[in-house]
Amino acid sequence: MAVSERPATRPATAAPAAAPAAAPVAAPAEPRPRTALWLTLGLLLALAALCLLSAGLGAYEIPVADVLGSARHRLGLGGAALDRTAESVLWNVRLPRVVLALLVGASLGCAGALMQGVFGNPLAEPGVIGISAGAAVGAVAAIALGLSFLGTWTVTACAFAAGLGTVTLVYVLSRAGGRTEVVTLILTGIAVNAFAGALIGLCLFFADNAQLTQITFWQLGSLAQATWPKVLAVLPCAATGLLLAPLYARRLDLLALGERPARHLGVDVERLRLVLVLVVALLTAAAVAVAGIISFVGLLVPHLLRMAHGPGHRFLIPGSALAGALVLVAGDLAARTVAPPAELPLGVLTALFGSPFFFLLLRRTRRRQGGWA
Amino acid sequence: MNTAPPTALAARLRHALSGGRRHRPLPDRPAPGTPVAETRGLHVRLGGREVLAGIGLDVRAGEVLALVGPNGAGKSTLLAALAADLPAAAGVVLIGGRPAAGRSAADLALRRAVLPQAASLSFPFPVAEVVRMGRAPWAGTPLADEDEAAVAAAMAATEVGELAGRPYSALSGGERARVALARVLAQRTALLLLDEPTAALDLRHQELVLRICRERAAAGDAVAVVLHDLGLAAAYADRAAVLAGGRLAAVGPPAEVFRDGLLSRVYRQPVEVLPHPRTGAPLVVPVRESAARPGSPPHAPPDSPPGSPPDAPPDAPPALDL
Repeated sequence: MAVSERPATRPATAAPAAAPAAAPVAAPAEPRPRTALWLTLGLLLALAALCLLSAGLGAYEIPVADVLGSARHRLGLGGAALDRTAESVLWNVRLPRVVLALLVGASLGCAGALMQGVFGNPLAEPGVIGISAGAAVGAVAAIALGLSFLGTWTVTACAFAAGLGTVTLVYVLSRAGGRTEVVTLILTGIAVNAFAGALIGLCLFFADNAQLTQITFWQLGSLAQATWPKVLAVLPCAATGLLLAPLYARRLDLLALGERPARHLGVDVERLRLVLVLVVALLTAAAVAVAGIISFVGLLVPHLLRMAHGPGHRFLIPGSALAGALVLVAGDLAARTVAPPAELPLGVLTALFGSPFFFLLLRRTRRRQGGWA
Repeated sequence: MNTAPPTALAARLRHALSGGRRHRPLPDRPAPGTPVAETRGLHVRLGGREVLAGIGLDVRAGEVLALVGPNGAGKSTLLAALAADLPAAAGVVLIGGRPAAGRSAADLALRRAVLPQAASLSFPFPVAEVVRMGRAPWAGTPLADEDEAAVAAAMAATEVGELAGRPYSALSGGERARVALARVLAQRTALLLLDEPTAALDLRHQELVLRICRERAAAGDAVAVVLHDLGLAAAYADRAAVLAGGRLAAVGPPAEVFRDGLLSRVYRQPVEVLPHPRTGAPLVVPVRESAARPGSPPHAPPDSPPGSPPDAPPDAPPALDL
């Protein structure tokens, strides 16, 4: 039943009609463009410093000045070449590793930000919901079966195909009525991770000893086997993903309103989703193919940036790539230098720091929602 | 901010990826009285059930059209069909004179703005950002120059200016509803489709929203609004469409359409329609036998107190959609 009088026609309620127009509204400016600028500059500086440091530090120490000198020499800008060993360590061991850390970190950070945008859920992350594990199945299978149909790109391609299949599966399984609930997403992640783990176990069972050693590193996540060919193997995937991602920032902002409202604002939601799922699979495959499963970077990095600069994707996506690279270069440096001469697996290190953070995030989300049910 | 590098290649790439929206022709303002959106023999099926059966209705420039009817009558479905959200099982929906199904999302976004029943947001964007999202369809067109003015005007009209810097997730249900409305107003389209814009609002803001509808209609826009409150519909709408069981029971000026017999039959509740003592506009009142005797319990069931729309969502802020 609908009961009402018409208060508008009474003078008493009609009077305030004029009042709201007077309410002053400052033309809202772009939100905190300064913070974005400073954050970007800070991240870039820190990244440059860490890269230099990472190139110099290790079992064979090279002073930062020598690193710069050798780089200038190679670029034909003066400077001086180092002795043979130092030159070889720097250019064939350290630098590919630093570059790989940059690529993998940027890919993971960016993939995390994208995935959270697509799912509309800050807990979505390639590692947590099983995309990394899915991609790893492809990579491990490629090794165990001795595939080489695409040369150096074989492992990456297999990781991409498997990763793409997994993203699609998780997306279809975890969405209901146009939205993704936290519980469904996490439970889907558990199921997918379990299934991927079983498949990897099967591959291990059928692998010979040499393959076994090669495969074990996927499960821990490490950059220890970095070489220039490996960098080249993932560069196309990572670069494509990283260049495409920022183009969809504005549309991801709109997607936060929900699918229908985003469509009402002119977003072709189906196509957006399709492209972004592809991009996420590209980025995850790039990271997993060379570094194995490194989880929580894609969870932690976008979340911290959101706290610093709000949820706008125009900063969040490139920012997450930058900060992800920073975290991984730092993490790899720590993995190499904390317990010499042994080397900690990078994936173990990120999980060690990332898991408690994930726990905190879960608790906060739960509190805000007032429970899961 | 940090977008793609401003090289020619990136610009071309972005242009190609955005579906070439930079050179889309902008819609003309419709002449007053012409239909901006219309349905012809529209049938819509949802989950195997026929929710709309043969609806022929137009929404005209310069008028407020109220969609009323009991729960499950198909009001929201009709609005969604007018917004080109739902495919027609039979019949056609025209927007700007052409079938809506043939228009792209980007093109439709320049022609109609839609206020959904529940407005959720996945991430805690500040209010000003949420309203600014309404300007997204105009990016890259000459009308993008109006962005700041449109946002400021929409926020002033809905009285959310003071909330500009607050995160959307920290707002109450009523505040969220007004911010969502501000976003829709900022889109500045010739067709406004509002699904129960007053459901979460107090008396004063209900009046505010309907006054905004009238202003937009006076400015030449077409406004279709789903309302539960027949009093509001009678006071503000130029025409009312009464839906029942997926069919149009009546369409016309509220004073002609809101009749005791029709409303009593459609709502399956005896009602009386009385002229307002001063303005003469129809007042719709349910027939209550033990009416308003002080101290006597009201006849309505305890979970729906008289005066509140029966299926209005509770005013508590909905949980942030995480």
